[in-house]
Amino acid sequence: MSAHLIATPSAATYGEEAKPRKGFFTDTSVCIGCKACEVACKEWNHVPPDPQGFSGSSLDNSGELGANRWRHVAFIEQKVSVGIEEAAPESFVEEAARQNLVEEGLDPHSDEDGFRWLMSSDVCKHCTEAGCLDACPTGALFRTEFGTVVVQPDICNGCGYCVVSCPFGVIDQRKGDGRVWKCTMCYDRLKDDMEPAGAQACPTDSIQYGDLEELRERAARRVERLHERGRGEARLYGDSEDDGVGGFGAFFLLLDEPETYRLPADPVVPTRRSPEVWAAALGAAAALIGGVAASFLGRRP
Amino acid sequence: MGSNMAEAHPVGFQWVVEARERGAKVIHADPRFTRTSAIADLHVPIRAGSDIAFLGGIVNYILQNGREFREYVQAYTNARTIVSDDFRDTEDLDGIFSGLDREGRAYDRGSWQYKGMEVQPAGGGEFTVEKAEGEQAHGAHGGELSEGEPPYEDPTLEDPRCVFQLLKKHYARYTPEMVERICGVPREASLEVAESLCENSGRERTSAFVYSVGWTQHSVGVQYIRTAAIIQLLLGNIGRPGGGIMALRGHASIQGSTDIPTLFNILPGYLPMPQAEAESSLDAYVDSNASPTGFWGNTRAYLVSFLKAWWGEAARYENEFCFDYLPRIDPDHSHYRTVVDMEDNKLEGYFVMGENPAVGSANAKLQRLALAKLKWLVVRDLVEIETATFWMDAPEIETGELATEEIGTEVFLMPAASHTEKDGSFTNTQRLLQWHHKAVEPEDDCRSELWFMYHLGRRVREKLAGSERERDRPILDLTWEYPTVGPDEEPDAEAVLAEIGGFDAEDEPLHDYLPLRDDGSTACGCWIYAGCYADRVNQTARRVPGREQSWVAPEWAWAWPMNRRILYNRASADPEGRPWSERKRYVWWDAEAGRWTGEDIPDFVADMAPDYVPEEGATAQRGLRGDEPFIMQGDGRAWLFAPSGIVDGPLPAHYEPHESPFENPLYAQQANPVREEYRRPDNPYNPTFPEPGWDVYPYVMTTYRLTEHHTAGGMSRTLPFLAELQPEFFCEVSPELAAERGLEHRGWATIVSSRTAIEARVLVTGRIKPLAIGDRVVHQVGLPYHWGHRGITTGDSANDLFPFALDPNVHIQEVKAATCDIRPGRRPRGPALPEFVARVRREAEER
Repeated sequence: MSAHLIATPSAATYGEEAKPRKGFFTDTSVCIGCKACEVACKEWNHVPPDPQGFSGSSLDNSGELGANRWRHVAFIEQKVSVGIEEAAPESFVEEAARQNLVEEGLDPHSDEDGFRWLMSSDVCKHCTEAGCLDACPTGALFRTEFGTVVVQPDICNGCGYCVVSCPFGVIDQRKGDGRVWKCTMCYDRLKDDMEPAGAQACPTDSIQYGDLEELRERAARRVERLHERGRGEARLYGDSEDDGVGGFGAFFLLLDEPETYRLPADPVVPTRRSPEVWAAALGAAAALIGGVAASFLGRRP
Repeated sequence: MGSNMAEAHPVGFQWVVEARERGAKVIHADPRFTRTSAIADLHVPIRAGSDIAFLGGIVNYILQNGREFREYVQAYTNARTIVSDDFRDTEDLDGIFSGLDREGRAYDRGSWQYKGMEVQPAGGGEFTVEKAEGEQAHGAHGGELSEGEPPYEDPTLEDPRCVFQLLKKHYARYTPEMVERICGVPREASLEVAESLCENSGRERTSAFVYSVGWTQHSVGVQYIRTAAIIQLLLGNIGRPGGGIMALRGHASIQGSTDIPTLFNILPGYLPMPQAEAESSLDAYVDSNASPTGFWGNTRAYLVSFLKAWWGEAARYENEFCFDYLPRIDPDHSHYRTVVDMEDNKLEGYFVMGENPAVGSANAKLQRLALAKLKWLVVRDLVEIETATFWMDAPEIETGELATEEIGTEVFLMPAASHTEKDGSFTNTQRLLQWHHKAVEPEDDCRSELWFMYHLGRRVREKLAGSERERDRPILDLTWEYPTVGPDEEPDAEAVLAEIGGFDAEDEPLHDYLPLRDDGSTACGCWIYAGCYADRVNQTARRVPGREQSWVAPEWAWAWPMNRRILYNRASADPEGRPWSERKRYVWWDAEAGRWTGEDIPDFVADMAPDYVPEEGATAQRGLRGDEPFIMQGDGRAWLFAPSGIVDGPLPAHYEPHESPFENPLYAQQANPVREEYRRPDNPYNPTFPEPGWDVYPYVMTTYRLTEHHTAGGMSRTLPFLAELQPEFFCEVSPELAAERGLEHRGWATIVSSRTAIEARVLVTGRIKPLAIGDRVVHQVGLPYHWGHRGITTGDSANDLFPFALDPNVHIQEVKAATCDIRPGRRPRGPALPEFVARVRREAEER
C-alpha cells in the first residue's frame, strides 16, 4: 500500500462520505509573526490559557506546541551585524558575548551585513503515517474523512502511548486532565465546509488550507518562483510522500534548515521500525527458547 | 517610515506583502528591526527623531541630480511661484525662518507669502500671531488667494526667488554625509533609498509612503509628513495610482474621528471652529475661512448645510442659521492644555470615552494627579481601566503622592458595548467608510456610544424643557429626534448616517456635495460625507467582492468625497488631460464627450476642459484653470512651499527632538523654536545637549506597539489569549548597551527620566543596533507602551517617562524620541521612587 493511499480516506472506510484529503501549506516566507493563528485557534477550539511568563526568546512567549497550544509561532533571529566597527568599541561586542547576553542563534561577530528574522507558524503535521494514531490502543485517535488525524476526548483514556510516538512532539497530555490534545484542523469547521480558524485568521495567507494535492502543486510553484527571484534558501518540508512519515498533511515552506525552526530534519514514524523491533524480539525469544530447550536436553536423565 | 505596519496594522499589511510578491520593493526605515523589517527588502536603522534629515537627504538627491518629474512639478506644484522678498529661509537665519517671535514662541507668517499677494489657509483658518497659543492647521487644506493667480511666476523655475530654487537651496546642506552624521544611516544606505524611490517614480511608475505615529508624535511631527509630501510631489506620486502618502491610524476610525471630529478646533468636514472674537458673525467667519477660488470657495454652503443638520427648522436666514449657537474657541483646549488646567483646578468634570489617558498619555503621572483634582469623571470603556481606578490603585497611591481618602473625584464608570454589539461605521486611512452590523446584543448595562450620547442629550433636553434662557436654546433647538429600536431604545445608527450624508430641499438624500447651498435649502452633517446615504441606501455597507467589479472596486463600501478612491486624481493625467502613461492611466479627459472619465470618479469639475481658463472674477472651483488639479488650494497647485496653514515653517527643517543627546549639526537652532513646552515642576525636562547634565540621560528612548496588545491595553491586557503572548512589560536594548550598562538578558532594568522611573524586563536583541552619530554612538531603548497596573498582565507604563513637549500645529506629544538613562535592576518602591527620581535630577542639575 502506498503511503498516499494510507491517509486518503478509502471508500471502504467512509464510502460516499470520503472527501479529498485536506491540508495546510504554511508558507513561512510571508509570515509576519502576528500570532493571529495562535489566538484564533484558542478562541475557536476553547483551548485553555497557558501563560508561561516572559521568555526573552525573541518575541515568542508561548514556547512550543502542546496540549494547550495547537498553533505556535516560532521567532528566529539570525545574523546580527554590528556594522559600526569603527565607532563602537569592539569591547562592547566582546563583553556582550562574554556575558552571554546574545541570544542563541545570534552571531554578533558576523561580518555579513544583514539581519534575518524568521517566523513560522507550527502545527500538527497530520502525518500520512501517523505515529500517534498507530499507537492509540482505544481508538480515540482516528483518521477523519478529510484524511486528518483527530483525538476524540470522550474516548481518550490518557494512556500517553501516542505522546512518545509522535516524531514531532506535538501531541501532549493536559495537566489535571490527563487526556491528550492537539490540532484537529478544526474538524468541526471542516464538516461545515469552513476554513480552519488559524488559516482564516492569517492576514497574509502564510497559512493556506485546501486539498492537499492542490496545495502541494501550489507549493512547488511557489518554491520555483522564489528560486527564480534569487531566494535559493526556500525549500519545502514535509511535502514528499517518501519521507519517514509518508508526507505531512500540514507541510511547510521554510527559509532555512528544519532544525533552525526546531523541527526534526528527518522525522520517522516509530512504527516504521516495528518490523526491526519485532525481528529483534523474535530472535531473542528464539534464542531463549533454544537455550531453555537445550538445558532440558542437557538434563536428560 | 514612522510605521511598524506589520505589527500595528497586520491586516492592512497583507497588501504590502502582496505588492512585494508582485515585484514592489519594500523599504523600512525605523530605529528598530521589527516584524515589518523582517519582510522588507531593505531595513535602514535610523536614529529616532531624525527623519526630516533623512527625507531632506532624499529631496536633495532628487534636486541635485535632476530626478524630479519635471512636467508634473512645473504644471501642478507651486514650484514656479515667486515668494515674497521679505521671506528669509533657515539658510539665511541659521535655522529659523523670518517672522519668529522668540518670546511668544510663534511665527508671524506675513513674510512667507507669495510675492505680491496674501495667502491664508482656508478650511482650517488659523489664529493670528497674537493668538499663537491656539492653532488651526489640522485639516488646513487650502489657501486663499486674494487676487486670483499668483502674480509673479517663473515657469522655467530658474528665478532664485521661485519656490523651486528656494527648495533646492534649502535642502542643499542635506548631503549624504550630513544624513549619516544626523541619522546614523551610512551614506550608501540613504543613497540606495533615494535612488530606489527615483527609479520607481515618473511617468511609468509610482511609489508610496506609509507612516504612522512614528512620524506624528514629535515636536516637529507635522513637518515630517510635509517632507514626505515634498518628495512625493517632486516625483509626481500624488493623485496617481500606486502613489500617495498613507497615514495609518492608531485605532479603528481615528480617521472618522477627524472627519467628524472629536477635536476641539474643527467642525465636521474640516470646517474650523469659530474663533471667539474675530468670527462673531457668519459673514466674518466665511470671510476669514473661505477662499475665493477652489472648493473652499463654497465654505458658506458647507457651513450653512451643517448648521441646518444640527438645528433644522430653527436655523433660518434671519438668525444666520444659528451660527451663534456654535461654541467659540479661545484658543487652546487640546488634550495636554486640558490636563494642565485640570491639575490647576480650572476644570470640574471630564468625559473619557474610548481612551485610557492614565496609561496612554505622555507624563501619565501628571494625568493621574490631575484626575484627582476633578469633581467628577465619566469613563466609558469595555473594562475597568486605569483611568477609572486611579483613585484607589494609581502608582501614586503607593508612593504617597496621592491618598484615596483625600481624593474627591466622583467616578462614573459606564460599561460600553463593543463593535460587535452595535451598528456603525469605521472610516479607515483610505477615507473608506465601512459599515459594521451588530452581531450580538450587548450584555447587561453595556451600551453603545450612540446610545449614551443620544439619551444623555435627551435627558438634558428634558431637564431644560420650557426654559426661557437664551443659553439653553442651542440644546433645545437641536434636531434630536432619532428613531430608536429594541427594549434598550438604541438609536438607529443609519438615521444618523443619513443625517451626515445630507438631504436636499425635497428631503431626498444627497448624491454628493455639489448641490449644497448656503440658503438653508440643504442640510448635511458633514459635507465631505455627502452622498454616503444616496438613494436611501447605506452606501457604506456595500460589500461587492473585488472579483465582481473593476480593480478600483468602487462598490466596496464608500469613500469620501463622492466615493473617490484617489484624491486629486486629475493629476494622473497631463495638463492636456492625457494619462501620463498607459501603464498608469487612471483619469483622463474625453474630448468627444466633453467630460473627465476614467477608472475612478474624477476629482475635478466633471466638464471643465483641460484648456479652461477662468474669466475675470470667477469664483470657487470655476475660478481655477482646467490644468490645476489641486482643487482645494486657492491656486489649484500642490504646495512644495507652504505659505500658510503650518505654524512652524513653510519648509521642513531638521530640528533635534525636545530632549536629545546630540546637537543639531545643520543649524544653530537646536530644536523647533515654536514647539509647545509646559515648563512647570510637575513636567520637568531632561537637560538636552549641550546643557550641563544632559549626559545623566544619555540614551534615546522611543515607544511603540506590539501586535499582541492594543494601545493603552484595556482591550488586550484583560484577555488571557493575548496577555499570555506578551505577558510582561519589557524593554528592547542592543547587546552593546546591555554590556555598557550591565543589563542582564531576561533580568530587570530601571529606566529613568526627569518625570519618573519605571522598570521593565530586559530583552537583549540584535534587532536594535547602536548607531554611529558623528564621533559618538547612540544607544536606543525601545519601550512598548501597552502596560498599566490593571488586567491579567500588568507593568509600568512607558508613557510615564515622557514629558509634555508638543508639536505646535496639532499639539501632539513627543513620545517617539526623548532621553533617558537605563540601569540594571528593579526600581525603588513606595516613597523611595520619587526620591530616586529627584536624586537623579539633582545629579543632572549639579553637573
